[in-house]
Amino acid sequence: MNDMVLLAHGDGGVLTHELVRDLFLRHFPNRTLKGLTDAAVFTGLAGRLAVTTDSFVVSPLFFPGGDIGKLAVCGTVNDLAVSGAGPVYLTAAFMLEEGLPIADLDLIASSMARACEEAGVEIIAGDTKVVGRGHLDRIFINTAGIGIVPGALDLGYERLAPGDRVIINGPIGDHGMAILAARESLDFAGRLVSDCAPLNGIINELLREIPREVKMMRDLTRGGLATAAKEIAVAAGCDIHLEETAVPVRPEVRGAAELLGLDPLYLANEGKFMAFVSAPSAEDALAVLQTHPLGRSAAIIGEVSGGSGNLYLRTPFGGTKYLDMLVGEPLPRIC
Amino acid sequence: MKELAKFRDPQIAKALIKEVNAVAARVAERLGRRIVLMEVCGTHTVAISRAGLRGLLCDHLDLRSGPGCPVCVTDYADIDRMVALARLPGITVATFGDMVRVPGSGSSLERERAAGAEIRICYSPADAVAYASAHPAREVVFLGVGFETTAPAVALSIKEAARLRLNNFSVFVTHKVVPPALDALLSDPELKIDGFILPGHVSAIIGLKAYDSLNARGLPAVITGFEPNDILDAVRQLLLMVLAGEGRVINGYARVVRTSGNTIAQQQMDEVFKITDAPWRGFGTIPRSGLTMEDRFKKLDALERFVLPPTKSRVPSGCVCGEILKGKLTPRECTLFGRVCKPMAPVGPCMVSSEGACAAYYNFERRQRGGTAVE
Repeated sequence: MNDMVLLAHGDGGVLTHELVRDLFLRHFPNRTLKGLTDAAVFTGLAGRLAVTTDSFVVSPLFFPGGDIGKLAVCGTVNDLAVSGAGPVYLTAAFMLEEGLPIADLDLIASSMARACEEAGVEIIAGDTKVVGRGHLDRIFINTAGIGIVPGALDLGYERLAPGDRVIINGPIGDHGMAILAARESLDFAGRLVSDCAPLNGIINELLREIPREVKMMRDLTRGGLATAAKEIAVAAGCDIHLEETAVPVRPEVRGAAELLGLDPLYLANEGKFMAFVSAPSAEDALAVLQTHPLGRSAAIIGEVSGGSGNLYLRTPFGGTKYLDMLVGEPLPRIC
Repeated sequence: MKELAKFRDPQIAKALIKEVNAVAARVAERLGRRIVLMEVCGTHTVAISRAGLRGLLCDHLDLRSGPGCPVCVTDYADIDRMVALARLPGITVATFGDMVRVPGSGSSLERERAAGAEIRICYSPADAVAYASAHPAREVVFLGVGFETTAPAVALSIKEAARLRLNNFSVFVTHKVVPPALDALLSDPELKIDGFILPGHVSAIIGLKAYDSLNARGLPAVITGFEPNDILDAVRQLLLMVLAGEGRVINGYARVVRTSGNTIAQQQMDEVFKITDAPWRGFGTIPRSGLTMEDRFKKLDALERFVLPPTKSRVPSGCVCGEILKGKLTPRECTLFGRVCKPMAPVGPCMVSSEGACAAYYNFERRQRGGTAVE
């Protein structure tokens, strides 16, 4: 095989076949995909189904705690999981820039395979395109996913009610800070590692224990905790009150963010979700989350009240701040 | 970080807040109106907002954001020049992050980046020198924006570029110095500000002597740090001075600020820059309030190095940020407020900064319509 991606890898000819056979099928060896048919035909999914799609354009491609491949699997798995769906199948489309080292593509595909195994999903359809140098940044990946929502499960904004508790499964800002540090080669003492992880396992346990008392869930990605909470408050037509002291943030993330003038509440996450749970079940939910490796430092961070779409943060000093959505990318401040 | 703990301790903060509110009630009664204190520095503004202090002290006291956000006070014409530089072929503009969104009269660096300009966000001017050194085919222009806190590092990077004989690095200097802007505010006889929270980092560089003229005016002023309890203690000291009818500059940040300031940083600045008149967004030109490069570094001055197409800066007339900062007008009395001047299309510095008086007013009123009122 060549050592780098050529335009000819995307022309549907010999090199395309070679790439699919020797690289993708090696990492994703399932029967449906092996057929190399125009569409994956399958049976076995019945009832309420959930479908989602997401595109991944992260730079750098490899960062502490993950890479674009792991992200592409976890991102789609997590979107299904927070919707209450058990993810089953994924599709993956690769857009490649000519000149991308095949070794990098191999690493990315093997990382996707590992993430699929961890999440218990299979990639059953795929596509590869190659564009000329400079037309995209090395590799973009789109994944779509399909999952099954248990029939009795009822999640949605409309279920939020005053008094519901907001629970998060761990510290915020790890992914955003890790990416920024890797992108800019920032030399911080202590390691900043992305939290990129499939959340369907931990969410499955939560829904198994208290299926009725979980009102809705949201994974925290771009825009961070504050943007996600604000979106929910607006969509649900209620107010959300967060306690700053209750929100877990790793000291190294807090320190790096402070140095750069960034707010962890607005930093990206790839392995965190918040769950809205009725007050009497909040402690039970917390206990379930804390027994899972991805929820060791889960915490109750706030609650819902009647209102009109406002998000408030109570500071350790007793002040209350109004939080809005992130405006533009987080930029380091000059002073 | 541990030694900072007491400056963030919520218990100490709560006691301070209680004391401040009690003194503020007495001062407000004595004055027969609300008290107005100005935090001069943008970093104080952010720290106050982070801790949610404004809402905790708002019974009798307005904390007003001053002219100390360097990005916010960068003049239209200067941003238009930055945009013009970014449009030149082969140029990489290197800048601190928060500069990219500030609009000039036609565009912003953010828009130019979308249109194809190469804009690199740097964490330090040394990064820009390193980038220029590694990319000899690019012309790297660093945007020297900021007060006495950033100017010394920029001065160092200019000297470093000269030492390396880099012929593809230059700096567009719009540095400003704080005390003349304060003097300009204070020289208005109708000024309605009862005291100043003076910047900690700037003061650490310039020292106490730089505030001689402020001291002579007899207004209460406290230099302080950026932790919540630093700020609360400064407010407490200011109120006690107002109550006692005293006015002088107190150094409440003695753990960092020395009388003589940081003489090494001052030397670096003196070596590379000289004082000049400078335009401040919303204020007009303030005499001797800016820095420009000394002649022997002219080769590294972007404005000497590149011929920019003539730009006509169209500044919407009627901006009264200067008057708002002096406490003479409220944002609603500005004819541009909410119509021409909005957070997404700001005219003056009070709207550019999300914590500026006008942006705060704009958002507050929106929230009033939406629900509960908090900070």
